[in-house]
Amino acid sequence: MSEAGYRVRVRRARLRGAREALGVPGAVIGAGMLGFGALAYEAGFNVLLAAACTAGIWALPGQLVLIEMHLAGAAGPLTVLAVMLTAVRFLPMSISLMPVVRGPGSTRTSIIVASQVLSMTSWAWTMKRTAEMPREERLAYFVGFAATCWAVGVAATVAGFYLAGGFTPLVRLGFVFLNPVYFVVLLVGEVRAGLAAVALVCGAIAGPLVHLVDPQWSVLLGGLAGGTIAYSIQRIMERGRG
Amino acid sequence: MVELWLLVLAASLATYVWRGFGVVLSGRIAAESELFKWVGAVAYAMIAGLVSRIVVMPSGMLAETHLLERAAACALALVAYHVARRNLLVGVSVGVAVIMAAAAARGA
Repeated sequence: MSEAGYRVRVRRARLRGAREALGVPGAVIGAGMLGFGALAYEAGFNVLLAAACTAGIWALPGQLVLIEMHLAGAAGPLTVLAVMLTAVRFLPMSISLMPVVRGPGSTRTSIIVASQVLSMTSWAWTMKRTAEMPREERLAYFVGFAATCWAVGVAATVAGFYLAGGFTPLVRLGFVFLNPVYFVVLLVGEVRAGLAAVALVCGAIAGPLVHLVDPQWSVLLGGLAGGTIAYSIQRIMERGRG
Repeated sequence: MVELWLLVLAASLATYVWRGFGVVLSGRIAAESELFKWVGAVAYAMIAGLVSRIVVMPSGMLAETHLLERAAACALALVAYHVARRNLLVGVSVGVAVIMAAAAARGA
């Protein structure tokens, strides 16, 4: 393959990622972040701060924690720790995504950018979509997809901030429910077999159970418990077959 | 305001720690290794746990809706998604419409 042909394919992969992000994922992220912009407005943030939350943290649960704890008057270091705890999920996501998307042409800069724009949506989408792609196109596709989601999210936060006054409680309820129902459909609808499906079931049960005992640690401990149980079940079943 | 900016900056850096640490660690874990499989299972379980917790025991505005309403909205969203040949936007729109209709019917 020629150098020029390689570059064209990588650029096309990036554009394809960006185009697919502007479909349903961008629409859903945009709606979720519109809701966040409205919340930030009500919390007394200015528009730049609201946009910085989305651009910098880029994880709706962490952003909500920051707003809620700020309103509750929590100490800064405690708030940062809580946001950090909600973001632990990025560790296994990043560990599992990087070997899938990293290819021969991946630069250090593109990896750093890729990890900042990584989100639950882009992780779930890319793990599924890149399986059928040539390795050298995967990172470009991912960055195109995830960076576009990020840009849409920041723009929607600004829009939501200015629209905040116009939202009725009923519409706000719809915005709040959008993210959970999106993940329900994405995960239940798309993940059908294997270890991932077992992990979804175990995690869905373990998450709320751990939350009853310890809300602050529920995401982390529920995931560790559910994932480890799912992994063990899969190992035992494989052994039974072998 | 300066304190808020510092808070957002610190929270962003704290979030990036996990992203960056994942990149560093991933180079040392083979894609087909047992550890990789386990980490993937933990990632799926974390997301499933967070989402099911939000549906089963939400906080804030969603806590004002009934569990049955949220469960029905999720179930109908999945049905719509499959009827529309795996169209996410259709599924999500139906889910949101159901929760809003249920709240409106209760007079919320």
